[in-house]
Amino acid sequence: MTNTSGPIILGIEGTAWNLSAAIVDYNDVITETTATYSPPTGGIHPREASQHHADHIGSVITKVFLEADGKGINPSDIDAVAFSQGPGLGPCLRTVATAARALSLSLDIPLIGVNHCIAHIEVGRWKTDAVDPVVLYVSGANSQVLAYRKGRYRVFGETLDIGIGNALDKFARGAGLLHPGGPRIEELAKGATSYIHLPYVVKGMDFSFTGMSTAASNALQSSLLEDVCYSLQENAFAMLVEVTERAVAHTGKDEVLLAGGVGANMRLQEMLKIMCRERGIKFYAPERRFMGDNGTMIAYLGLIMYQHHTFTSISQSHAWPNYRPDDTPVTWRQD
Amino acid sequence: MFLSMGAEATIELRDGMVIKKRLPKGYRLEALDNLIRRDRTRTEARLTSESRRNGVPTPIIYDIEDFDITMEYIEGPKIKDIITPRLSSDVGAVVGKLHTANIIHGDLTTSNMILHNGRIYLIDFGLAYYDNSVEAQGVDIHVLFQTYESTHNDHEELISAFSQAYRQTFSGADAVLERVTQIERRGRYA
Repeated sequence: MTNTSGPIILGIEGTAWNLSAAIVDYNDVITETTATYSPPTGGIHPREASQHHADHIGSVITKVFLEADGKGINPSDIDAVAFSQGPGLGPCLRTVATAARALSLSLDIPLIGVNHCIAHIEVGRWKTDAVDPVVLYVSGANSQVLAYRKGRYRVFGETLDIGIGNALDKFARGAGLLHPGGPRIEELAKGATSYIHLPYVVKGMDFSFTGMSTAASNALQSSLLEDVCYSLQENAFAMLVEVTERAVAHTGKDEVLLAGGVGANMRLQEMLKIMCRERGIKFYAPERRFMGDNGTMIAYLGLIMYQHHTFTSISQSHAWPNYRPDDTPVTWRQD
Repeated sequence: MFLSMGAEATIELRDGMVIKKRLPKGYRLEALDNLIRRDRTRTEARLTSESRRNGVPTPIIYDIEDFDITMEYIEGPKIKDIITPRLSSDVGAVVGKLHTANIIHGDLTTSNMILHNGRIYLIDFGLAYYDNSVEAQGVDIHVLFQTYESTHNDHEELISAFSQAYRQTFSGADAVLERVTQIERRGRYA
């Protein structure tokens, strides 16, 4: 055994395209292994993605145990297995839940089903100095503004239709760009020379992206791809930042935390930084590896839930595709 | 006197009048920022007055300039801080009147409602627009119910008090409340 302290948790993430397993203790990530599904053409096909996860879960778990073994940690040292129970693609969630149940039974350790959105938030609080932030969580399928209040992470604003990542991907596919579209749009936007007006849809604390995405696709008939990419980013991110700022004003909190894969976009980070500076509040973003989907965040949320004796019985461990963050009592935070 | 700094504007009290200034946002592209601020300032002035003419308590508008509005000062607590099922029922009646007049508020939160002389005043019409569709009215109420859920503990009681009064003042209420449940499911990952 190395000088690890407290419980050691194995976590498995696999809600969509990324299959990832990690072992963590309270100090840090001990080891993490990832197998990423990348579609040959088009977007993520749920069945293909789950088939990918089923093909790779054995080797991912084997590798994570081998690497842990190199650091003096045996499978018998693991205190619990955590898995992403939802939200996500049903077939992918079922594959991961099955693997987690099998490990829980064979190692005879508790099972902890965790909410994927909350895992993003908690890994951000772990890996930055954020204490009680308003969270902008942006990924392929999810776009939400959340904050903690009285025992829950409350959703203050969210998309009325699709997630920002999916909106970007959809546009990118139409424009002939490869999946995932976000990073390619970010790159192309740097070569833009003018802004094209697109629908800016903020309704109270909510936003909507489908109309904007369609308008951007149509704009390609008369404008340069670079200009459309640039305008799409400027427009969409301004909507997200505006709602984040509204939640800050509404809750009176003085921190903003960015989470989710789209958080890797540097222009989005820059815009949030400017907003926070203008309001005199703090901005936090964890390093890139903790922003996209990763096994570490699942293991870490499992760790805090383990410390607060929040477990999942086998009969409650079903895949939960539309599992909302506000469905979960936050047992580990005090008001 | 400086009253508050909201998310998008500062509110100043001068000679008994409120001056609302929409400040530039550094994170937004200037062209987009000016467009949004000018559009919302105009919309707010126009629809605040139009709602008032339809029996919805709102401040009187005195003047409007590029990004600034001068209006009547409505003194009183925000509904956010004092909400009860009784008040939620009053909110339902006010929103019912608004929707009867084919106006969508666009940002119905309990921070945008003030209790003054026993009446609920609606403010902040910057995101308002004309629409009589069930979808637009449904989203309007969805936004309000979200504030109830995120900010108030007894939200189920508040929602039922609201719905009852909304049904009494607005003839299209049943279809709208039905749509609200569909809207909730739509944005939710599944």
